[in-house]
Amino acid sequence: MRKLLSLTLLALAGSTAFAGGYRVSIQGQKQLAMGHTGVAVVNSAEVAFFNPAGMAFLDKKFNLSVGVSGLFAETKFQNSQYNWEASTQNVGTPFNIYATYRLNDWFTAGLAVYTPYGSSVEWDQDWEGAHLVNNIDLKAIFFQPSISVRVGEHFSFGGGPILAMGGVNFNRNLATNPLLSVDGQPADVTLDAQGINAWGYTAGIMFNPTDKLRLGMNYRSEIIMEARGGDANFNDIPDFASTDPRFQDQKFDADLPLPAEFTVGLSYQVTDKWMLAFDYNRAMWSVYEALTVNFENGTSSVNPRNYQNSSTYRVGTQYKANDKFTFRAGWYFDESPVQDGYFAPETPRNDSMGYTGGLTYQLNGKLGIDFSFLYLHFDEVDNSYNHYSENGNIQPFGGTYKSSVFSPGIGITYGF
Amino acid sequence: MKNKFIYLAILAAGFASCEPEFENEVNAEYSAGDADFSSYVAIGNSLTAGYMDGTVSRVSQSYSYPSLLARQFALVGGGEFTQPSYADDVNNLGGLMLGGIPIGGTRLVIDASQGRPEPIAGTSTIEVSNPQATAYNNMGVPGAKSFHLLSNTYGDVAGVMPGYANPYFVRHAITASSTVLGDAMTKNPTFFTNWIGANDVLSYATGGGALPDNPLTPSVDESLLPTPAADHNATGNLDPSTYGGNDITNANVYASVYSTIINTLTMNGAKGVVATVPSVTSIPYFTTVPYNPLSPTALGGSANINALNAQLYGPLNQIFSAFGEPNRVKLLSATAANPILIYDADAADRSAQITAVLTPTLGAPTATAFGMVFGKARQATRDDLVVLRASGVIGTPNASSPSTLININGVSYPMANKWVLTTTEQLKVSNATASYNSSIRSIAASKGLAVADMNAIMNQLVGALRVETGQVYTANYFSGAATEGVVLFSLDGVHPNARGYAVITNEIIKVINRHYNANLPLHNPSYFPGINIVGSN
Repeated sequence: MRKLLSLTLLALAGSTAFAGGYRVSIQGQKQLAMGHTGVAVVNSAEVAFFNPAGMAFLDKKFNLSVGVSGLFAETKFQNSQYNWEASTQNVGTPFNIYATYRLNDWFTAGLAVYTPYGSSVEWDQDWEGAHLVNNIDLKAIFFQPSISVRVGEHFSFGGGPILAMGGVNFNRNLATNPLLSVDGQPADVTLDAQGINAWGYTAGIMFNPTDKLRLGMNYRSEIIMEARGGDANFNDIPDFASTDPRFQDQKFDADLPLPAEFTVGLSYQVTDKWMLAFDYNRAMWSVYEALTVNFENGTSSVNPRNYQNSSTYRVGTQYKANDKFTFRAGWYFDESPVQDGYFAPETPRNDSMGYTGGLTYQLNGKLGIDFSFLYLHFDEVDNSYNHYSENGNIQPFGGTYKSSVFSPGIGITYGF
Repeated sequence: MKNKFIYLAILAAGFASCEPEFENEVNAEYSAGDADFSSYVAIGNSLTAGYMDGTVSRVSQSYSYPSLLARQFALVGGGEFTQPSYADDVNNLGGLMLGGIPIGGTRLVIDASQGRPEPIAGTSTIEVSNPQATAYNNMGVPGAKSFHLLSNTYGDVAGVMPGYANPYFVRHAITASSTVLGDAMTKNPTFFTNWIGANDVLSYATGGGALPDNPLTPSVDESLLPTPAADHNATGNLDPSTYGGNDITNANVYASVYSTIINTLTMNGAKGVVATVPSVTSIPYFTTVPYNPLSPTALGGSANINALNAQLYGPLNQIFSAFGEPNRVKLLSATAANPILIYDADAADRSAQITAVLTPTLGAPTATAFGMVFGKARQATRDDLVVLRASGVIGTPNASSPSTLININGVSYPMANKWVLTTTEQLKVSNATASYNSSIRSIAASKGLAVADMNAIMNQLVGALRVETGQVYTANYFSGAATEGVVLFSLDGVHPNARGYAVITNEIIKVINRHYNANLPLHNPSYFPGINIVGSN
């Protein structure tokens, strides 16, 4: 669901652009290495994120997982009809801190802090798609205190509130038309909204019918990020338009729905050493029909998004070679919520396939070091955004996009 | 252990370097086809020079269609493309100076504080008498007619005021006796575009079929004289050196000149594109001002209208009706828009009859004067084209009127010939254009050259031209912010703006791609400027 935020906050932008950022799930080194499965995996404190219900089944009384990844994302764009080329390279550092503490036999408390939306897109300023986006920087931290209650040997439930704290900074040009420019510098607007707080919740259940099989289900609620009183600042407005009320620096409001996400999955301990896991995510993206930005001067900007609910299919495996080494691998297929004709350069996101791997080196009984990597493959795609208009004329923007994401990560796991 | 880290680092490096790559890079398919763009030369007039908003300026030139073409040629082996230097146009004002005296206005802009087009404030710094003596790849010379390209006095600074030389060509002619075509050939073109001929009819049309004002006779404005400009298809005059500035070039002269130009350009095997002469009636210069702008309010209400009908329109109607022309001048309407009163050089002359009818009431001298004024008058019809600049004349007092009773242009005094292109005049223009275009096509066919049908393109603009992006453009004259983004013409109403030149460039690229099996990318017109607007001027 982390993807959600990035996708929605972008939208904040207010332009005819749609939301963006990469929907890259990096919420734990161990689980990422397993294709970011985890709703039915009890490996470490990472379960506080994937399914809080599972915290109660952790062996150790105290569990701590801390991790950070380097996210290297690159998208190239080209349009051979007009000989356009552009690219964006961005680096993010998603991190996570998970801790659980078993208070008694049936009750475990935990805290999860993670950054589901830390990516950014930065095209060359004033590139051909600048009327949709020049750059966007999106940051959000989620704080999630949770509890887990075990009911008998086979069943648990858990959950907790989520406090989402985020901000977004977005810049785009006002038009493709050079009329709106000063000395060759196109007029642009920066929308900035920081300190947005919103609440949501997560809840899940876990059921272990046998020693080897776990079933999990988790629901993360929709979170509406309500940007209130953000700053819209206009730059390079030509003098003839300088008194136009639309181009005055002003406040804006916008609502950003982060859709609900439902996950079911299972894990199966094939042997003592070998485990398989499967997750299915369904993100309720259809809530995101349009982004509406209301400006202080009474005007508003309505930007169709038309996202559709989308699914992610994940598979992961873990092999515990010995006391020192555990190896992991995974794969997932991630459907894009973006529909044809709504493909904008803030979220150059088509369907993708993630390849993951990693290992843990256990220094001793308490402390382990986790490594992970993710390679996200996107097919080359021809698509466009057909809902931007200038002078009452729809002005499509499109071409061929090709993205890739690579993210190595490192973390520690500590427990006793 | 240590090895593990090393392996991991190598793995990480491997993935980090694996950046996205396209199956086919954007330029993989671009090709010059059968053409060789290593030396591209453009021949033409203002439309080739990058003229817009009534002038060539440093920036407007950068949007000339040949320079936009050359940008794409550069992707497939095109050589350097040079244009006449406008480095002296420091402030991008355009205009022209000759010996420090302005002979051409600065570029037109919309003054937002006034809401109207105005020449941008400032003095031109483009001096005609600073010769560059250089041939350029862009040999578009604003104002050039077909036969001018072969004239060996066209670059002589001494000929600017007498009118046999062209100030724009004077600036860069290699010598005073250079010809435009000769200078162009020094670039050894391997590929050319030739778009010449519009001015062979256009100056007649924009001049409303009247003579041009001769700068050597400042006391007389020849354009207001009754004598019309000549159509040499009617006179049969085959000597262009004797043509007046607004005359229509004889079609045989045009064909002969055009042959010479093409034979010269192709003598070393160059390929190229020739463009047809656009239909002038589609340009905003002729389609913006209505034939009937006189609303009852503009005429001062029913009292004024009644007085005009009683004293002027009624008598004229009676006289013309008596000679079988009841519709030539009709009574003014107090409820609907009225047509302007115009001077039609081709109308039947009723001055004697008018004088005769009016003499008993007005006396012979006044009646004679009235007869002179209204003898060839009529009301405009929807088929007449009123030129853009007439909008500043209609309804204003006419200084040469013999009486203040009949001195309001278009209302009580006929608009001079130069303000209106009548149907008769239009026919001369369209016939000549058709002849020229037929010559262009046959000469191009004989050399296997590609033809860009600018006539067809411009005609599409009258309705609406839908380009590749789905954007619809029109030939509407600028009418405010709401239409700015769809306007392809500049404020002079004759020449495209930068966006319009991009559209023209695309049409030529399509022709090249088709005819020469090339694959060149287009320009996206949305990214080109349209009308220039300034806050105040």
